[in-house]
Amino acid sequence: MSAPLLSVRDLRVSAGPLDLVDGISFDLGQGEILGLVGESGSGKTMACRALMRLLPSRQVAVTGGRILLGDDDLAALPEADMRRLRGHALGMVFQNPASHLDPVMRIGDQIAEGLRLHRGLDRKAAWAAAIDLLAQVGIPDPARRARNYPHEFSGGMRQRAMIAVALSCDPGILIADEPTTALDVTVQAQILRLLLALREARGLAIVLISHDLGVIAQTCDRIAVMYAGRIVEQGAKTDILRRPLHPYTQGLIRCQPGEDGGGPGLPLPTIAGQPPSAGEMPAGCRFHPRCPRASETCRREMPAPHALEGRIVACHHPLTGEVP
Amino acid sequence: MDRFRFVLFRPLQLLPVLIGISIATFALVRSIPGDPVRVLLGPRGTPEAIARIRQQFGLDEPLWRQYFYFVENLLDGRMGKSIVYKIEILDLVARRIEPTLALVAGSVLLSLLLAVPLATLAARNRGGLADHLVRLVSTSGLGLPAFWLGLMLIILFSIHLDLFPVAGYGETLADRLHHLVLPCLTIALALSAVLTRNLRASMIAELQSDQAMAARARGLSEGQVFRRHVLPNSLVPTINLLAVNIGWLIGSTVVIESVFAIPGLGQLLVRAIFARDYLVVQGVAMIFACATVTVNFIADIATALADPRVRL
Ligand SMILES: Nc1ncnc2c1ncn2[C@@H]1O[C@H](COP(=O)(O)OP(=O)(O)OP(=O)(O)O)[C@@H](O)[C@H]1O
Ligand SMILES: [Mg+2]
Repeated sequence: MSAPLLSVRDLRVSAGPLDLVDGISFDLGQGEILGLVGESGSGKTMACRALMRLLPSRQVAVTGGRILLGDDDLAALPEADMRRLRGHALGMVFQNPASHLDPVMRIGDQIAEGLRLHRGLDRKAAWAAAIDLLAQVGIPDPARRARNYPHEFSGGMRQRAMIAVALSCDPGILIADEPTTALDVTVQAQILRLLLALREARGLAIVLISHDLGVIAQTCDRIAVMYAGRIVEQGAKTDILRRPLHPYTQGLIRCQPGEDGGGPGLPLPTIAGQPPSAGEMPAGCRFHPRCPRASETCRREMPAPHALEGRIVACHHPLTGEVP
Repeated sequence: MDRFRFVLFRPLQLLPVLIGISIATFALVRSIPGDPVRVLLGPRGTPEAIARIRQQFGLDEPLWRQYFYFVENLLDGRMGKSIVYKIEILDLVARRIEPTLALVAGSVLLSLLLAVPLATLAARNRGGLADHLVRLVSTSGLGLPAFWLGLMLIILFSIHLDLFPVAGYGETLADRLHHLVLPCLTIALALSAVLTRNLRASMIAELQSDQAMAARARGLSEGQVFRRHVLPNSLVPTINLLAVNIGWLIGSTVVIESVFAIPGLGQLLVRAIFARDYLVVQGVAMIFACATVTVNFIADIATALADPRVRL
């Protein structure tokens, strides 16, 4: 693989004494789609907000690690320089398009905004570019739709519009935080197809966050599985889905409807117990209280991420050599 | 389409409201103790003179008939004759409406000019010194009675500093504006206290909103996020707040016109009440009531224009 576009090393995000993201590392290549999966509260949103340096409050901050993009370390960049990268190098799409669009500004103006403020395009050129972007994200009759307000769009169209807003200044990386969670299944598939098409057309690299392995399976090239603020396993999608090495990954896969087990009529298997909250992390491996393979070592020592069978796993007893 | 319908039909819906207001006004005025004719003629009034004037103004008729005269006069537009001034109330009002309109408009403008920058300063430095100061000042502004504040401003700016006239209303435009500064400031200080607190709260909510976060994510600076997204969204509820406060605003002009001796409708109303000039009190009260209704109607339209989600 050529040098990655974005390299994250030991990224730590803390709220006061609590580590919400506890030293995660991953790479993102040009045109690659990386899926970030994990249960609710595992720190997916914090991790990607940290990449944009847009954390939800002053108490939450990046407290360690590096985010390497080209020659810059985003974790250490002054705010003014960081701002120049937002929208230009990194675009972001959010879970709830209804609340992330300005209700009193026309869709076209919101798309044109970045182009006018940062690219210095005049009103007319920016508007034309906005219409073009709406067409690229598959909005029919874009010239008319650009004049609409967000409430006049359906949920799926709003998400398309938000993607157009995020792509207006042509970023190389798109961070999509659960972009389809608020949408119904058919619209969800359309949005995922759109993301794939944009990757083809623009060579866009995407960090796609989801708690839904089905979504990840349809789109991603590589997967990173997060648990309690750490990445427990990452590697190529097909490897991980076909033969997970970490017991948590295996549990997640078994919980998917229509994957392993849980046929029609049968209750879906679940992973017993609850994920720990940031204040009360167990000693040793954070998954051990819920892990069927936990041993004395797991209770004492935090497993370090290591390379195994072409991926990186953080487990003392990975599921090697077993047929799932 | 909907909007056309609203503009056409809403005034019709308001008709019952106006009828209710006219009945209430009529009843309230009649319940003021004292007889207008006795007040007018004073102790010298002979029983004959009193009877004659009562008849002349229809005061000897049954109440329901007097109410219909009142409505008839309202519909006629001229609102009948003043017992004291002996001229048509429409003329009386026409002479005195300008200072009141100027006072209201000036106060609203001035209070916005105060509230928007103060709320911005407070919201953008939330928890900081500026925020605490603005909240302190706006909270104390809520508690001060308008007439007292007006008197204090007169003492400071007119008597000690000699910057503005003590009272009255000028002849030329510049002179009138000069006379209006202190009265407008008095009302604006009280009004801006309410506006500042509400604006600050909605600005803070908007600053933390998802859409502001999304604007930051596309590279807007804090200033751009504020101007382009936070400010417009937080000004929308202010329109309604102003409309809700129009009743209070009219009440304040009545007090302030008396304090500053401005020859407006408020002053006319107060004098008419003391003189038991029934028809004038009724007329002016109806004008104030219609103004309140109209302002709320306009505010509905303005909100709909400012916020495309609002359906009329
Ligand atoms: N503003 C905040 N201040 C402090 N802690 C927070 C804040 N917001 C979230 N957290 C905590 O950060 C942790 C990680 O949350 P995060 O939102 O990143 O999870 P997630 O994986 O995105 O979950 P979900 O699937 O629900 O979106 C959680 O334990 C949460 O309680
Ligand atoms: Mg999340």
